[in-house]
Amino acid sequence: MTSVIVTDHVIEITYLIATVLFILSLKWMSSPSTARRGVFAAEIGMLLAVIGTLLHHGIVEYKWIAIALVIGSIIGVPLGEVAMTAVPQRTALSHAFGACCVTLVGTAEFYLRTPNVPRLMMGVLALEVILGSLTFTGSLMAAGKLQEILPQRPITYKGANIVNLSVLAIAVLLAGFLVAHPGNKALFPVIIAVPLLFGVLMIIPIGGADMPTVISLLNSYAGLSAAAMGFVLDSKLLIVAGALDGASGLILSINMSKAMNRSFTNVLFGAFGQEQSSAAGAQEARPVHSATAEEAAAILAAANKVVIVPGYGMAVAQAQHKVRELYDALSKRGVDVKFGIHPVAGRMPGHMNVLLAEADIPYDKLLDMDDVNSDFPQTDVALVIGANDVTNPAARTDASSPIFGMPILDVDKARTVMVIKRGMSPGFAGIDNPLYYLDNTLMLFGDAKAFVGAIVRELTGAGHS
Amino acid sequence: MQSDLITSLYVFMLAAFIGFEVIRRVSPLLHTPLMSLTNALDAIAVVGAIILAGEHKSTLSTVLGTIAIVAATSNVVGGFIITDRMLKMFKASRPQKP
Repeated sequence: MTSVIVTDHVIEITYLIATVLFILSLKWMSSPSTARRGVFAAEIGMLLAVIGTLLHHGIVEYKWIAIALVIGSIIGVPLGEVAMTAVPQRTALSHAFGACCVTLVGTAEFYLRTPNVPRLMMGVLALEVILGSLTFTGSLMAAGKLQEILPQRPITYKGANIVNLSVLAIAVLLAGFLVAHPGNKALFPVIIAVPLLFGVLMIIPIGGADMPTVISLLNSYAGLSAAAMGFVLDSKLLIVAGALDGASGLILSINMSKAMNRSFTNVLFGAFGQEQSSAAGAQEARPVHSATAEEAAAILAAANKVVIVPGYGMAVAQAQHKVRELYDALSKRGVDVKFGIHPVAGRMPGHMNVLLAEADIPYDKLLDMDDVNSDFPQTDVALVIGANDVTNPAARTDASSPIFGMPILDVDKARTVMVIKRGMSPGFAGIDNPLYYLDNTLMLFGDAKAFVGAIVRELTGAGHS
Repeated sequence: MQSDLITSLYVFMLAAFIGFEVIRRVSPLLHTPLMSLTNALDAIAVVGAIILAGEHKSTLSTVLGTIAIVAATSNVVGGFIITDRMLKMFKASRPQKP
């Protein structure tokens, strides 16, 4: 008997150490120089917790655990090896897996305990499975949109918000009923099915540009559902891990919605698509200045300070390695090159930084919006590659613009602005960009990868030294 | 039971505050690896699934627990691999080549 108690203490101690290591790992994530140590700490914590759990006296059968651990690892490895451009959909998929785990455990716990579930516990359990199941389908939908299996454009229909909110309300009401009657076995599957439906409906009207906010929000939900599971199982370790994840997702979603000057409710219920028709309407062709790769190269070579502003279009064109060559060629000529990165550039928070780091651009050259904006007035050339709305000065000046008030990168304050773009089509939000008609703006028409390649060839020689 | 729940609430609240304070300091540079790391941490839910599958209280709980272990383990393994892969790519500027 005492050996069981000793083992229980040992398990609790491994959980305690794991908790400490998890918190430390997030602390070490604060800077790239310590971040890998953070991952290592988290791995050790995870290993300790799993080993501790395997010692649990209640476990009578190891076969299924072993098989599941092996299958999980086999699935996990390819998910860890995806290309960096595919990280957003991978992340969405892993939110779905996490939520799946939480929902399944919650379901099993319900059927093991019913009808002897205290009211309060039933409430937490209902919260766990509701958050878990809506995160599950919501994340699968988000992953599908990011992978372009599903259409990226927001799909809206009249009364969509009312339908969505009613579905959510039904789920909450059913949960209330279950709290009152915790023995109602038949109701439980409905309490999973309704949020599963809500998860789908919630993501249908959301477009690609809103994905950074939505992924962060789903991240937060996944964390909160795991914390709820911790309450149900009385596991402090799980509560802490869930709370950390929930807090992280919440901070990121607040950052993202601030960066788009929109509230959560606006992201979730006000699909961008509804606003665009009026803005894209009456545009007459206005004159723009365009330049060739040769001219662009000459201007870049004469500059002292260049800020490159990459957007998701750069990643789509797979131009990041050419951009690195450009960075190298200019740096070699003594030009100071930095990168200005908008928080919502890319499809998830920080995505652009990862893509540029992959192309071997040193991270101290990657500046976020607040740091780089004060630099633009002293910048000779701002080179915009595949970004549009985040450089639109109408966000500062035109109160009638749908993106008015959104913080932007002030590229128009640079001496010369160059924009690499396929044509004059408006950006994701369908809003015309006055930046392109400015006197100090040069449009470089063409494919981002090919055009940057052409500039690099001009700079590195092909005749001139 | 009731007092356990209250203790759990305290733990949750304190952890949420720590989370906010610690994560606010994470550089925007690392927000993508941050998300994949917290995702892997979240998969600590695997401990609940392991007990569920191992206790063998009912066929349903064993089946659901086993699937839950698969889902969580793939997050642990995939999450750690990709986070480390991303972080390996972040390098500071080298001194200018001669």
